Amino acid sequence: MTTTELTAPPGVRKEERRRRGRTGAGRQMHAGPVTYVVLTVFALVSLAPLVWTAIAASRTDGRLAQSPPPLWFGGNLFKNLESAWDEAGLGTAMVNSVVVAGTITVSTVLFSTLAGFAFAKLRFRFSNLLLLLTIGTMMIPPQLAVVPLYLWMSDLGWSNQLQTVILPSLVTAFGTFFMRQYLVQALPTELIEAARVDGASSLRIVWHVVFPAARPAMAVLGLLTFVFAWNDFLWPIIALNQQNPTVQVALNSLGTGYVPDQAVIMAGALLGTLPLLVAFLLFGKQIVGGIMQGAIKG
Amino acid sequence: MSSSKQALAHPASSAEAAPGTPPGAARGAHGRGNPAGPDSWRSRLYRWDMKASPYAFVTPFFVLFGAFSLIPLLYTAWYSLHDVQLSSLDHQTWAGLDNYKNLLSSDFFWNALENTFTIGLISTVPQLLAALGLAHLLNYKLRGSTMWRVVMLTPYATSVAAATLVFTLLYSWDGGMVNWFLHFFGVDPVNWRESDWGSQFAVSTIVIWRWTGYNALIYLAAMQAIPADLYESAALDGANRWQQFRHVTIPQLRPTILFTIVVSTIGATQLFGEPLLFGGVSGSKGGSEHQYQTLGLYMYDQGWIIGNLGKASAIAWSMFLVLLLVAAVNLLLTRRLRKSQ
Repeated sequence: MTTTELTAPPGVRKEERRRRGRTGAGRQMHAGPVTYVVLTVFALVSLAPLVWTAIAASRTDGRLAQSPPPLWFGGNLFKNLESAWDEAGLGTAMVNSVVVAGTITVSTVLFSTLAGFAFAKLRFRFSNLLLLLTIGTMMIPPQLAVVPLYLWMSDLGWSNQLQTVILPSLVTAFGTFFMRQYLVQALPTELIEAARVDGASSLRIVWHVVFPAARPAMAVLGLLTFVFAWNDFLWPIIALNQQNPTVQVALNSLGTGYVPDQAVIMAGALLGTLPLLVAFLLFGKQIVGGIMQGAIKG
Repeated sequence: MSSSKQALAHPASSAEAAPGTPPGAARGAHGRGNPAGPDSWRSRLYRWDMKASPYAFVTPFFVLFGAFSLIPLLYTAWYSLHDVQLSSLDHQTWAGLDNYKNLLSSDFFWNALENTFTIGLISTVPQLLAALGLAHLLNYKLRGSTMWRVVMLTPYATSVAAATLVFTLLYSWDGGMVNWFLHFFGVDPVNWRESDWGSQFAVSTIVIWRWTGYNALIYLAAMQAIPADLYESAALDGANRWQQFRHVTIPQLRPTILFTIVVSTIGATQLFGEPLLFGGVSGSKGGSEHQYQTLGLYMYDQGWIIGNLGKASAIAWSMFLVLLLVAAVNLLLTRRLRKSQ
């Protein structure tokens, strides 16, 4: 159903946009005070659990079991962060997650751009069929892959090694689809034709024409992929254990441990989320733009 | 698929000659644009490049995608027809439909199915309604509009694991924030982890918290694509803001709403991390009475805690069939809705 929407002739949307521009503010009415109040409530609900995580991480386990719960910071933050980093293995986990999510991001962006370009601008046999296959399988739950993956990785003797979680995530159907949607509109066909006439090989065209045109979308896809890979849960907790964890695996062992120290658990949750919060602080605008862009088109 | 047809019809317009023309024929006839000059092997190479490169570009994607997504899908079906035990992976014996029969006669399976449905419903419906309202507010001209959007999206940056650990503490029976807050309204402490509806409600709130902002942004994007003159003519007809929202915004958003329903349904069907970590030590059981054991959790429990991978495969495929069924119902309902209007 989304595909029909997606492939609406590009001109239509531009036309709409122009009309909106002509009519000035259009739908954009100025927000009244009530709007700001309600938005502030939404914002508080969004942020409060994160702020409270930091508060809880600065207290002791004993204090967290008492009522009323602490509403302000205590003095144990660094001690708890240290315990989480060393004893709970968050330190190793952070390094592992950077390696895993970094590799997955580079590979997804690269291969998605190549495949997306081919689907958007090149003509080849079965291209429509292959694209349909890609879209159709975008929504299959990961549960349908984990049993065979587990058996294969055991056969290879790879259990608990990072490649077990890297390999299956090196490309996503979403990535290819996302890049295709972007390049259909953003890459002028004449540009490729001109390069061809000048005798450029396909690889040169990819390097000098496609990559520069695709750069904004590649950046957004990279951010989205990194968030996704960093937070991936099901397969990593099956494939890895506490000996060699990613952040999510370490958090899982923290949460299901038999002697839980809630303050240390909160410190772990804070550490594991911090890199993405920093990324949102720096690139929030791009991430928001990417999600909204993906929404109109998909 | 119309747009893929606007692909290069004749990429190398003049110089490289139509496919099938012998390389020699092109020689000298077209000076400009034939970098290969008189070297026929070059122009052959060039044409080979034109033909082969699309395949070269999609190959890495499809090799990786096929090997780790498509082929496992089929293997899961294969294993679901076998007896595969975690303790003896080398001994896989044919079991026919035993795993599926086993499931259909298991109370835990039906319980998990019901829980998945209930939690899915009470997490998806409020989430999408709230997202719609939030998008409407974000669509006003706001001071610092980007900041508001980023703030609403921060829960999305929080992983399932981190969010669930935090919410579990917020919902703890003694000293939890939620129960402390409720006591101001004279409500006795609720045992969120043990009670039937309480635990399901708590798990749902984690999902709602993480995804409302994300869905709001998707709605917002669609709202901004609605042509302004639709609102202008509605206003001329005397429609107030609520009527405009009801009669212009909602109908225009219908494809997007359908899209978010489908995506949320898929997410709800595979719900796993939230109930697992909410349960703490006995997480894979989904509570002492299995009161929040979802299908995803049941599969993990049977496969990697009990060690019956054949049965786990059957659960995975049941999940897929449920999903297809839900998608079909969705499609049917929207078709009927469209017809009735």
